[in-house]
Amino acid sequence: MTAAVPISLHVNGERVEAHVLPRLNLADFLREHLKLTGTHVGCEHGVCGACTVRVNGEIVRSCLMLAVQTQNASVETIEGLSDSGEIADLQAAFRDRNALQCGFCTPGMLMAAQDLLKLEAEPDRDRIREHLSGNYCRCTGYQAIVDAIEATARARAGRAP
Amino acid sequence: MKASAFAYARATSVVNALELLAAHGDKARILSGGQSLMPAMNLRLISPELIVDIGELAELRGIAVKGDILTIGALTRHVELLKSPEIAAHAPLLADAIAHVAHPAIRNRGTIGGSLAHADPASELPACVVALGATIIVRGPRDERRVAAKEFFTGIYETALSPQELLVAIELPVARKDSSHFFHEFARRHGDYAIVGLASQALIRADRFTELRLGFFAVGDRPLLAEAAGKLVNVTVTPAVLSEASSALGEELDPQEDQQASPAMRRHLAKVLLVRCVSTLLSRSDLAGAIA
Repeated sequence: MTAAVPISLHVNGERVEAHVLPRLNLADFLREHLKLTGTHVGCEHGVCGACTVRVNGEIVRSCLMLAVQTQNASVETIEGLSDSGEIADLQAAFRDRNALQCGFCTPGMLMAAQDLLKLEAEPDRDRIREHLSGNYCRCTGYQAIVDAIEATARARAGRAP
Repeated sequence: MKASAFAYARATSVVNALELLAAHGDKARILSGGQSLMPAMNLRLISPELIVDIGELAELRGIAVKGDILTIGALTRHVELLKSPEIAAHAPLLADAIAHVAHPAIRNRGTIGGSLAHADPASELPACVVALGATIIVRGPRDERRVAAKEFFTGIYETALSPQELLVAIELPVARKDSSHFFHEFARRHGDYAIVGLASQALIRADRFTELRLGFFAVGDRPLLAEAAGKLVNVTVTPAVLSEASSALGEELDPQEDQQASPAMRRHLAKVLLVRCVSTLLSRSDLAGAIA
């Protein structure tokens, strides 16, 4: 029974059929099998947030989910959010405010930030920090990231950033 | 690291899951939300031979209120508890606590049954169910049994569950309209495991506790229902009374040492939480300085 298991799911809107070993996690499936390397693998035990993706519209840790658990699911990665233009303004705000240096944490940060902005129109800085509490940045620090998200929220609400 | 190889079975019903457990015993592990199991497997702390995925068993999901009993299916996710009007109305302590359980991406997958069955002594929900006097519903190969939350947790990552049993639901008494609660934890980062935490439920009449349940976590090998609470019930709480209860609490605790804190620091923080809890619940700012 350790043999490969067939799965069928949607990734960034495209139907994907694959055979995967049970031990393969979703992050490695996306990176190694589908070559979607925007999803980063950091700690592999759910602490750093670099591997954050959306499954059925909700953010999850792709290192803490098996590929076999995505049977019939809809998975969205940073490539999907980026290509569709959904987070173009958020990405521009990160760039404008130098909210990244090495960029390793950025895909996960953008995923978590967009999740918050979809749930709440104008979160304050404390709410932003709380929602990003599961995402580590080890070089820039969080000030500029919070700035970028706050500015995006204001712009989306039709107010001056 | 990556998990070692294992076989995978997607359970089609509770009965099917129990059959798989009966056949494989302690070589199998149940996968619900996976937010504790997967880290343990990725770190190779455990290497089960078979994973029984119960994620699609709709019969284990949901929140229902019947009379004065609130029933929560084992597969109910943290995010669902957080958003539930039934939980907010009938188990407000749980609603407060859930906001401290890990981070949004983890709350979207983690389940209450998984958290209780995992029994991490530093996690919030075991202490909550102990403080709330919950009953854990467990199904085995032949029958169902009911275990008082206080008896359910038996050690670090240890519970009263046998390898053939499945935690299927949690029953809580609906909180009385006149009850009050307090939840607080000390952690390095919001959402991290607590250094020390307290989940408390109380009844107050004429400025006195008529009932007080103090569920401490991260102070020992399992959640602790503090007996020191007895010193604060049916008495007028003065700084001296609270100080005595605080000393009694210190003697009752057996905190462990780890990278986060020494036993002495944990004992001190537990006393700080006790004083904050009592002064907050009784609205008595004069008690806020009473630490023995």
